[in-house]
Amino acid sequence: MAHSQAPKLADTKTTLGSLGPRIYMVAGGVGLVALAASVALGLAKADGLRHFGFSYLVSYAYFLGISLGALVFVALQHVTRSSWSVVIRRLPELMAANLVVLALLALPILLNLSHIYAWASGHVPAEQAALLAHKAPYLNKTFFTIRWVVYFVAWIWLAFYFWRKSLRQDETGEVKLTKQMENLSGFALVVFALTCSFAGMDLLMTLDFAWFSTMFGVYYFATGFVTFCAVLTLVTLALQSTGRLENIVSGEHLHDYGKLMFAFTFFWAYIAFSQYMLYWYANIPEETVWYLVRSQNGWGRVGVILIFFTWLAPFLGLISRFAKRSRKLLAVWAVWIVIAQWVNVYWLAMPVFSPDRVRLDLLDVTCFVGIGGIWLATLALLAGNRSLVPTQDPRLRDSLNFENA
Amino acid sequence: MSTPDRTGVLYGLLAEFDDATELVAAVRKVRDAGYLKWDVHTPFPVHGMDDAMGIKGTQLPFFVLAGGLTGFALALLMQWWMNAVDYPFVISGKPLFGLPANIPVIFELTVLFSAFATFFGMWGLNGMPRLYHPLLTNERFRRATSDRFFIVIEAQDPRFDLPQTKQFLGSLGSGFVEEVHESAED
Repeated sequence: MAHSQAPKLADTKTTLGSLGPRIYMVAGGVGLVALAASVALGLAKADGLRHFGFSYLVSYAYFLGISLGALVFVALQHVTRSSWSVVIRRLPELMAANLVVLALLALPILLNLSHIYAWASGHVPAEQAALLAHKAPYLNKTFFTIRWVVYFVAWIWLAFYFWRKSLRQDETGEVKLTKQMENLSGFALVVFALTCSFAGMDLLMTLDFAWFSTMFGVYYFATGFVTFCAVLTLVTLALQSTGRLENIVSGEHLHDYGKLMFAFTFFWAYIAFSQYMLYWYANIPEETVWYLVRSQNGWGRVGVILIFFTWLAPFLGLISRFAKRSRKLLAVWAVWIVIAQWVNVYWLAMPVFSPDRVRLDLLDVTCFVGIGGIWLATLALLAGNRSLVPTQDPRLRDSLNFENA
Repeated sequence: MSTPDRTGVLYGLLAEFDDATELVAAVRKVRDAGYLKWDVHTPFPVHGMDDAMGIKGTQLPFFVLAGGLTGFALALLMQWWMNAVDYPFVISGKPLFGLPANIPVIFELTVLFSAFATFFGMWGLNGMPRLYHPLLTNERFRRATSDRFFIVIEAQDPRFDLPQTKQFLGSLGSGFVEEVHESAED
């Protein structure tokens, strides 16, 4: 039979084993130290933790985007009944379940609203006061907090639903669990679309509360999803370099990772440009102000860098089939996207804090390492010593045999 | 054109197989025997067939790249010439040649020309359009769309030798080897 050399799960290691505790000890330790350092650095600035708040917000929005990307990825696999992705689906399931720790990590923002957001500070320019009064029923601390509780309840419920059902299937092998997940997945996408859009707007767009954009929710999703694709690639390749998931995750699966990174790099640029072009055309001050702040005092240069660094380079780099099937090139472009998308989020938020110059601070690094370290640590903790592959999924065999046409 | 000869010029040899496993094994042997002008027909895509046949990667992506770049350049030049040269007209205070306004058209033409290159490039590489094929007159070959698998070695192949190739195909486990003629009617 043509499938006679099909790889088997027994051929490879599918659990973290002793690597798990090592990851969460090291990453967790480094993360906690970096977060403590961030708070100390923030306090030393004596600005009521405003600088800390912005640096923290950038990396928080960034990692939240990755876990949200994972959640929508899992739901998408179920809604399309995909078989190619079954062998790697546990990894995004875990990254989505990691929203639990992101709920905790939201506290420094929720407790510091008045130092980050002008609408919460009580000090707004006189000409914007009427507008803020108009938006106050939505933009107030209480409703903001309520919304974040609602978002996280919805996300964690969905993420755990998919993760727990999948884990249970490892033990029981019941096909009906797959049916249940498929049945929820369509609804999950609707819930996701609404909550992710509003969360993106709440977190980053309301920094400029006087600004309007109907594109911003998708912009945030695009950023999160392409970053997720890159992180999924890196996690898979890292696990393979330790001898885990070898052979069962083949060049064919990696080829699809490449396609996802390629497609969503372009999707991000498409959304970013669509927003820009309409405002450039209409040229109405209350719309162009957002770009005005982000095109002056060095921020414009960051914007131009984004065009080449975040869109053009990975677009050209991943265009060929060869690049998508090469482990080395995939790893290079995944790292590239991970960095480039962070710069993108930085450019979204930081000009509000520092409109007069681009100032990359040690705080930006410590917040990234802090949140990233804790995110990685809890990911390993959630993974535990359980299988990193949904062993009893009815489509696992198809996934192991998967070939691109 | 003269009336079709009932035997016609020999097109090639058709070998029938009952299942995909036998087929793939036979296909590997045909490849290793060094034949160049030959093909395989199956009712459904068989995994690993390209590899078994030793088919090299397609050139199509380069056609698509060329098509895309053509569309890109054409759209850019067209808009520059129309808006800034041939009929300069200031609209809502924008520059005569303003890149943001041109990008949607550039994007669309890049996609359109890439799609054309893909579609017509695929035709060209597959020798289409082709309204007639000698295999279509073969009764047995009709089952290629339901439950039989076929290997065809063309008479034009440099290694083709009627008795020898016939014997070779028979040795691969084919239950039935048949001559196919150009414009022949059974």
